[in-house]
Parts: sequence; C-alpha cells; structure tokens
Amino acid sequence: MSELRDLYQELIVDHYRRPHNYGPLVGANRHAEGFNPLCGDRLTLSLNVVDGMIKELRFEGVGCAISTASASLMTDALKGKTEAQAEAMFQHFQALVTGTDKAEAPVSLGKLEVLAGVREFPVRVKCATLAWHTLLAALHSVKQPVSTE
Amino acid sequence: MNAPMPNLMLDVARLRMDFPILSQMVHGKPLVYLDNAATTQKPRAVIDCMANYYAEYNANIHRGVHILSQQATDAYEGAREKVRRFINAARREEVIFVRGTTEAINLVASSYGQRLWPGNEILITEMEHHSNIVPWQLLCERSGAVLRVTPISDAGELCLDEFERQLGPATRLVAVTHLSNALGSINPLRRLIELAHGVGAVVLVDGAQAVAHLPVDVQALDCDFYAFSGHKLYGPTGIGVLYGKAALLDAMPPWQGGGDMIREVSFAKTTYNDLPFKFEAGTPHIAGGIGLGAAIDYVSKLGQPAIAAHEHDLLSYASEQARAIPGLRLIGTAREKASILSFTVAGIHPHDVGTILDDAGVAVRAGHHCTMPVMTHFGVPATVRASFSFYNTIEEVDVLIHGIRRAQEVFG
Repeated sequence: MSELRDLYQELIVDHYRRPHNYGPLVGANRHAEGFNPLCGDRLTLSLNVVDGMIKELRFEGVGCAISTASASLMTDALKGKTEAQAEAMFQHFQALVTGTDKAEAPVSLGKLEVLAGVREFPVRVKCATLAWHTLLAALHSVKQPVSTE
Repeated sequence: MNAPMPNLMLDVARLRMDFPILSQMVHGKPLVYLDNAATTQKPRAVIDCMANYYAEYNANIHRGVHILSQQATDAYEGAREKVRRFINAARREEVIFVRGTTEAINLVASSYGQRLWPGNEILITEMEHHSNIVPWQLLCERSGAVLRVTPISDAGELCLDEFERQLGPATRLVAVTHLSNALGSINPLRRLIELAHGVGAVVLVDGAQAVAHLPVDVQALDCDFYAFSGHKLYGPTGIGVLYGKAALLDAMPPWQGGGDMIREVSFAKTTYNDLPFKFEAGTPHIAGGIGLGAAIDYVSKLGQPAIAAHEHDLLSYASEQARAIPGLRLIGTAREKASILSFTVAGIHPHDVGTILDDAGVAVRAGHHCTMPVMTHFGVPATVRASFSFYNTIEEVDVLIHGIRRAQEVFG
C-alpha cells in the first residue's frame, strides 16, 4: 500500500486532474506525437524553441495519471531550459524512474522527483517516460510518431 | 442405464487446488486471477501430462518405427479425437492442429481466400478481435475483395437487421466471433449462419473466447470453420484448432509446405497428404496437443452446464455490485452475455485502476483488448476488464469491487 501511495502521490493526482500547460501552442516551431500502444495513451507536444532555448511548451492528449502528470510536470520543468539541459534532464529522469540513479550525489530534478515511485512499478515506466520520449522526438524533429513499444 | 443427473454445483474450493498457481500470494495478498479472457490457468493434470510426455515418451510423430514414436503418435492423435468429441465434429480429420486462433484464421484467409476475387465481399462485425479483422484486410488487399462491417448497438449487441441487409450475393465469407472478448456479448450464431448460408457465403466462427464458457457443437451450428486456442481452455499456449468441414478443407489448397503435409515429393510433382495432415506442415507442438487433450478431459469432467451456471452467478453478482459503484460505466450490456465484465471508472484511467487492483492482488486487463474499433464505438481509449472462470469465487468478486472503491479513494 505504501508503494501505491508513493506512486499516486497527491501532487501526481493533482497534475492528472488539472494538468499544467495543457492545450495547443500558438507559434510553436517544434511538434511531436507520442503513443503508447499498450494502453492507448497519446500525446502531442508543441514547443517554441528560439536559439536553442525552450521558450514555451504545451501538450495535449489522453493518458493515464502517470503519463499525464509526467507531461504536466515536464512542461513546467523545461520552460527556459536549453535543448542540451533538457536532454540531460531526460537522462536523469529516466535514471530516476527506473531506479538506476545510484550516483553519489544524484542530480536534483525538483518536483519531477515525485515520480520516483514509478520505479516500484516497472510496467508503468513507459507511462512516465512517454512525454520525455516525445520531447526528444520534437527536439530532433522526428516526423514519425514515437512509440513506447 | 440412465445417465446420472449432471451435478450443477461445482466444489470450487476443491477445484482450485487442482491449479497450483492459484494458491500463491502476490504483493502479500492472495492472487485473485480475473484475467481469464487473456489466458486461463492450467490444472495440474495438464502440466503433469505435458511433463510426462517430455520425460517418458518424447519422440517425433507419424514416422518413427520405434515404440516412443508410436506412443507419441497415439497420444497426439488421441488428443485430436478428444477435440473432435468436444466440439462434436463429424470426422477426426476435420480437426486441424494450429498454433492458435490467430493462425487458424490466417490459414483460412490464405488458403480459402484464394477463391476470392474483386467484387467479392467479406462480412465481419464491429466487435471482432484484431485477429479476426486484420487477416481479412490483408486478404482484401491481395484479392480485391471488399470488407464490410456489421455495426453493434450501444449495448454491445450485433445489429441483426443490418447484418441481414449487408448480406448479398457478393458475400463470399462471413467471419464472426462466438463470444466477444471485450464485451462478453454472445452472438446468435445459428441465425447468423443460416442467413449467411442463404446467400451462399461460408462462415468462420472465432471461438477463442467462447470455447471455455459455452457449449460448442459445430454440427448443430452448421458453421464452416471454427477456430479456437488451447490456452484459453486451460490448456497450453502454442496449440489451437481449426475445425473445417471436410468438403471445404479437401477443396482448399495447402497453406504451408513442408514435411508431414505431403504424400510424395519429386522435383517434377509433389502430391499432398490427406486431411488433416495437408494443413499440418512440419513437426507440430506435440506436447501442446497432448496437453490440450488433457485440458479437454478436465473441463469435460466438470461438465459445461455446471461451468456455465457458476460463471453466470459470478457475472450476475459482479455486474450488480459494479452497477452500485458511482461513476462506474459497464461497457457491454448485451442480454446474452458471458464471463466478461468490461468497465470504466469516471476520472480514473483504466491503466491506473489496473495498477491499483494489482496492488490488491487482483489481476485484470486494462487496455483496448485488441478491439480498437469497439473502444472507438464506446468513445473510450481503453477499459478495465475482469473475466471469470469456473475457479473464481464470489469472495474474489468482492475483492475486485473493494479494489475499485480503493482506486476511487486514491483518486478521491
């Protein structure tokens, strides 16, 4: 039960109920679509990247609590970050949710760390990383929708 | 001598002891296995009989002169006879062993499908599993035939009037599920088959979901093909059955070429073996076939009426309890229904319900159940599906219901 409570913390349920940065982004210059065929989660990510910096980003789609909250928290966290910083955060985030962040001094991911509970639920890691994989596709201008499979 | 009265009461507590997996704990709680529509658990009799084959008489079949090969052949062909009896096929050679329902349908689409031409039509239904949609789409691409789809109502029942209207002289083949894996709806097969035969179409029945829950009598149904998988009938994975009427199978070209399916091979001309071997190229899943035979022995001993009665009680109770949960929407409310409780919970994604139920020890499926068109019909991305077997109990339904309420608390 405590593991379940770790997974569905209040902050996650809040972001699922009222996701931040949800909706279309006017003036976006990068887009990507993500799809998790296992559960049918879909999301579209739109960014406005200027001189290597993410000025603004928003997402739309349907998903479970974990994928929606993760997208919401990610869009909060990446505003004002450079592309290089965003890619580095993806690495740290992936380590966080897969439980492989065994470094002496783990990098702080701020509110994103609320998703650390996912590591106890291996089948849900894909839900937590869907938004991030979609982000990478958008930054690298991948035209095909990314799939978690 | 009079046949004994069938005992309609199953001793479920005792039967559960036949299934080693059911006594285990998951996440510190007793396993409540309600994912039987995905696959059923295996009784000790099935597990032992397969282990026994490998330990005692493993050999290739149909060709050895030695004793082990003879024993293996007898056991494998004995299993074919058990299948024949179980589905009441007229002849043993009408029972083709395949990998599963999917392979059975692909066999018919590939082989029988060679008779289809541009202008022909294949009629399926909106409630089909992807494995009874995609092989026909592929066949349409190859042959130029057109795929037509009979819609379902919002209760999840086939629109019979529409089905009748869509049938015509162009309809060459009808492919329909016996029991919907996403909705639990039972199709009125005898009526559908009669109508299809009326226009000269052959009918393939996808029996993957039905075979563990409903009586199957292919002669009474008068279906032309009936496909099912062993693993949904308490048997092993990797083995399944295509039943086909002998006259149709005889006239069909072979599907895969290889050993066992031939009579004589030369570079000038190869002649094919008789049924059923014409469609069974290569060394088959011998242990699987024998295991399926053991599974059929097991369920036959319980008796279909007793299984159906118990599962009906479980589904009625579960439906009633589920309806009392605010925000719960049942997907699939057909009058004729079996074994499947598919639902959504307002404000909670099915995947999250699935995780919270898993934490309570309850195994369900959360997803589209390989029926994306059904999800589209009901306007949901996915559902939670609890599916019952004769070894489930009312107490287990209570654990499920409690788990759903728990999910509502977590998201409260």
